[in-house]
Amino acid sequence: MIDELKNTMPIMIIGLTILSAILSQVFSNRPKFRDYLSVSITIFAIFLVFPLLNGVLNKEVIEFTLIQISPGLNICLSVDPAGMLFATLALALWLPATIYSIGYMRGHHESNQSRFYSAFALSIGAAVGVAFSSNLITFVLFYELLSLFTYPLVIHRQTDEAIKAGRKYLAYTLTGGIALVAGTAWIYSLGIEAKFEPGGFINPDEIGHSTSLFLFFLLFFGVSIKAAVMPLHSWLPNAMVAPTPVSALLHAVAVVKAGAFGVLRVLIFVFGATTLTDIGVAPIICVLASITLVAGSMLALRHDNLKRRLAYSTISHLSYIVLGIALLGPLALTGALLHLVGHGVTKITLFFCAGAIDVRTHKQNVSQIAGIGRQMPFTMTAFTLAALSMAGIPPFILFTSKWFLGSGAVQTGMYFYMFVYMFSGVISAAYLFPIIYRAFWVKSPDFPKFGEASATIVAPLIFTSILTLAWGLIPNSPFGFFSLIEIVVSIAFEARL
Amino acid sequence: MAAVFLSTALSFLGLNHVLENGEIRYALGGWAPPLGIEYVLDNISAFVSVVVTTISLLVIYATRHIVSAEISGHLSSFYCLVLLLLAGLTGIVVTGDLFNLFVFLEIASLAAYSLVFLGGRRAMLAGYRYLILGSIGGSLYLLGVAFIYFSTGTLNMSDVLYILNQQGASSSVSAGAIFIFAGLGLKMGLVPLHFWLPNAYTEAPSSVASLIAPIMTKVAAYSMLRMFISVFPEGYLINEVPIGLMLISLGSLGVLVGSIIAISQSNLRRMFAYSSISQLGLIAIGIGLATPLSFIAALLHIMNHAIMKALLFLVVSDINSRFKSEELKSLVGIGKVMKLNMIAFTIAAISMIGIPPTAGFFSKWYLALAAIDLNQWPVLIIILGSSLLTAVYIFRILENVFVKTADSESKNNQQSIDSKFGDAHELSLLNITPVLLILAISIIAIGIFNMLIITHILEPAL
Amino acid sequence: MEEIAARFPYWFIGLLLAIGLYGMIGKRSLVKKLIGLNIFQSSIILFFVASGLKHGASVPILQHEHHPIAQDYLNPLPHVLMLTAIVVSVAVTGVALSFLVKIHHEFKNEDEETILEQLG
Repeated sequence: MIDELKNTMPIMIIGLTILSAILSQVFSNRPKFRDYLSVSITIFAIFLVFPLLNGVLNKEVIEFTLIQISPGLNICLSVDPAGMLFATLALALWLPATIYSIGYMRGHHESNQSRFYSAFALSIGAAVGVAFSSNLITFVLFYELLSLFTYPLVIHRQTDEAIKAGRKYLAYTLTGGIALVAGTAWIYSLGIEAKFEPGGFINPDEIGHSTSLFLFFLLFFGVSIKAAVMPLHSWLPNAMVAPTPVSALLHAVAVVKAGAFGVLRVLIFVFGATTLTDIGVAPIICVLASITLVAGSMLALRHDNLKRRLAYSTISHLSYIVLGIALLGPLALTGALLHLVGHGVTKITLFFCAGAIDVRTHKQNVSQIAGIGRQMPFTMTAFTLAALSMAGIPPFILFTSKWFLGSGAVQTGMYFYMFVYMFSGVISAAYLFPIIYRAFWVKSPDFPKFGEASATIVAPLIFTSILTLAWGLIPNSPFGFFSLIEIVVSIAFEARL
Repeated sequence: MAAVFLSTALSFLGLNHVLENGEIRYALGGWAPPLGIEYVLDNISAFVSVVVTTISLLVIYATRHIVSAEISGHLSSFYCLVLLLLAGLTGIVVTGDLFNLFVFLEIASLAAYSLVFLGGRRAMLAGYRYLILGSIGGSLYLLGVAFIYFSTGTLNMSDVLYILNQQGASSSVSAGAIFIFAGLGLKMGLVPLHFWLPNAYTEAPSSVASLIAPIMTKVAAYSMLRMFISVFPEGYLINEVPIGLMLISLGSLGVLVGSIIAISQSNLRRMFAYSSISQLGLIAIGIGLATPLSFIAALLHIMNHAIMKALLFLVVSDINSRFKSEELKSLVGIGKVMKLNMIAFTIAAISMIGIPPTAGFFSKWYLALAAIDLNQWPVLIIILGSSLLTAVYIFRILENVFVKTADSESKNNQQSIDSKFGDAHELSLLNITPVLLILAISIIAIGIFNMLIITHILEPAL
Repeated sequence: MEEIAARFPYWFIGLLLAIGLYGMIGKRSLVKKLIGLNIFQSSIILFFVASGLKHGASVPILQHEHHPIAQDYLNPLPHVLMLTAIVVSVAVTGVALSFLVKIHHEFKNEDEETILEQLG
């Protein structure tokens, strides 16, 4: 009974997000009630995670076929450790993000709030769907839906700039989606049941070397757009026109992480380490990722707009993950997955802080926020914690992940990439620490009195900043991230040996 | 109304019967085929007839109040023409006789010309041109039938198939095939024979456009498919006459030309007319690839596109009846006024782009699979690229509907218009909105359950 | 030469087709377009009838013969079909003429370009 219930749980979680979206529309005239509803649905969804988590840790098979589209073509949800990791991250950050966006939207007197909440919930649902997809076609479905649902968020302000950014966003993501569809269709027409499995299901001996190479580029192109690997990154800084909770969601949880997760799926679960080495594409990805890594952080240095700076930092950090996966070593993969989680929680904190500053002071540039640390002590403390984590200072979570990434580079014998990681880590410090310095120690005479933003804004950002520390100290609590990662890594490389 | 409802019910019954008992053959007037005219209701024709009758039932129901506002003069004669059109279209679908098909084609076309002609000053010229070009199409088809008849001595489709299988290829049969496809291509709006289509759709009364646009060209496409399946022997139209290749290349051209021109339009209806040309291109590709999978894709797309276009054109006629404008600009801020309609519209628009899980994705999916099977890479690129081009114009519309905010002046203007056409608003809530919602739900439902349609209805027939 | 002469009806039909097509596409006057359409349709009807021709055969009406031989009779079907085709073409012409009347009433003119100008 419980087991059967468990099988339907992934779909229940997605259903909850849809429910939340519909209720937001229905109760759009009663904003308070609507907000309570969406928060309580979020909490309920998080409770649903725990039984699934238990199941995964006990290596149960949780699978649910939604519908068969045609023979061998199923829309099928299943829970595997990797998907669980991503879904848990998305859902765990959904709660603070929802509370935060309630505070933010009220503080900013944004219009069209109901549409915002609906699209927000649906995006999370699509991200969870991406996480729980058990085969390529399901993955494509949710991936496309994710692009679609986040579009209203990007254009939320409805200014000309936002519309332009929205067009760019769509152009990039839809092109990526089409590449994915093409690759998927090709795989199906080869008669392969494209079910994700560690170690991959593409065998270049069977389908030919060039075909698998071509397939790889189609699929990788599709996922790397969302993961903002250069030169496909330029939609991301533009999408910064969106309200801050959206940027937080786009950058930390849903979209880019779905891209990074897609890279994981394509590299490890579609092709597998052996195949990638055979067709010799891993080095290309490594080079691309390290270029993005360094260039992203360099560009972040140059931007005065706080959100833009964070956006380039995101681009750089995503490539940490991509590079970690592409190194194809157990330690590097551990680091990459840890970084996926850690960067999510850290970056969301940073964006929350940027948004809090924006709500209170309407200032968005680094040069304008001198002395703000005295005015908004909680916000800036949280910012400091997150910045320390970003720079990879122990014992924060991103230290742990960078440690694993670095030792992964050593383990696979590619010392060069260790230096890339270290170099970029230094620059991360260089673009974040001046902000802290300016906020706390530079005095600005003509700075009016502000004070903290409302509790609904401050509480989530304190919460997530504590998480960066807590997950760094005990990565296993309360969601068992580290155990999940261990399982993923062991199954991914067991298949190889 | 009642008559249409009856024919819809009959076609559903027919489909059900065919699925249970196999095909129905009915010899008209008691003359045994191949001498007499025969009607054949097999899986495919039953499927298409269900699509045609259901769509027209919904459209006729939805546009009742628009018709009475648009058409001056006798409504009864208008509905008489509509029924004539439907009679012709269903006749085309169920007939098993080449010459009879011509007759029904002309009946349907004559009704369509007249309906288009009703749209006022501009429509007169569009209707007249449609008549001239449409008659050329019909005549070319007849010429093709003449060639077939004099080389096989029969007009019954299955008989022609049997005899051609025995006879093998001959130049006159091939010439006949070329004329037949040229004629049908003209009726279908295949590039470069599409010139009548945008004008006819744009200038016709909006209620007529929403009736003709979804089904008229689809039925011509269906007859092409018939030619491939039940008239010419398998492989004849690929190996002996390069019609398959022609359809693929012209279809691809149509996909590109149609969507690129659609992008540059500012009139909503004209935009959809060009988008029809591009979607018909996809259907033509499906027919031209000539594998069972691609036929499934084409048939599925005939249905999907009929539903999507019916929805889109209904929305346009609703907008037209309330705001007296079809320009893209007039849509600004409309998402707030007509919420439900616009949600339905969005679903159809997304399906046009082909984003899962809507119906439009799956017909493109099967088409892409068929193209991959045949190693037709350029075609694959065009099929997938068309999604992007479609996305461009679709999101131009959606931006206007939802995102852009009207400046205060035009807002006031709109409000005054809104109050002026208050009754129209109520009527459209009663008439159009439910239909739009039905269509939108069916788009998603067909997307999710398309396998049932394929395995139960289409696959056994191919 | 003999070959061409033997196929004279077909050459004639081809010529008619071309004239009709030219009339429809090349002429600006809407009336002439309609005339072109009629020529075009008649040529196809002629094609059917000419192809149905058989030398030395008689009208397919049985008269007191007990053992009719099929070869002695014409195939009636093409001619019957053409009756239908003529009906169709008359219908098309009728509709087109009624359109023309309406157009003339509205624009006082049958020239395509002028009407386009009037429409702006």
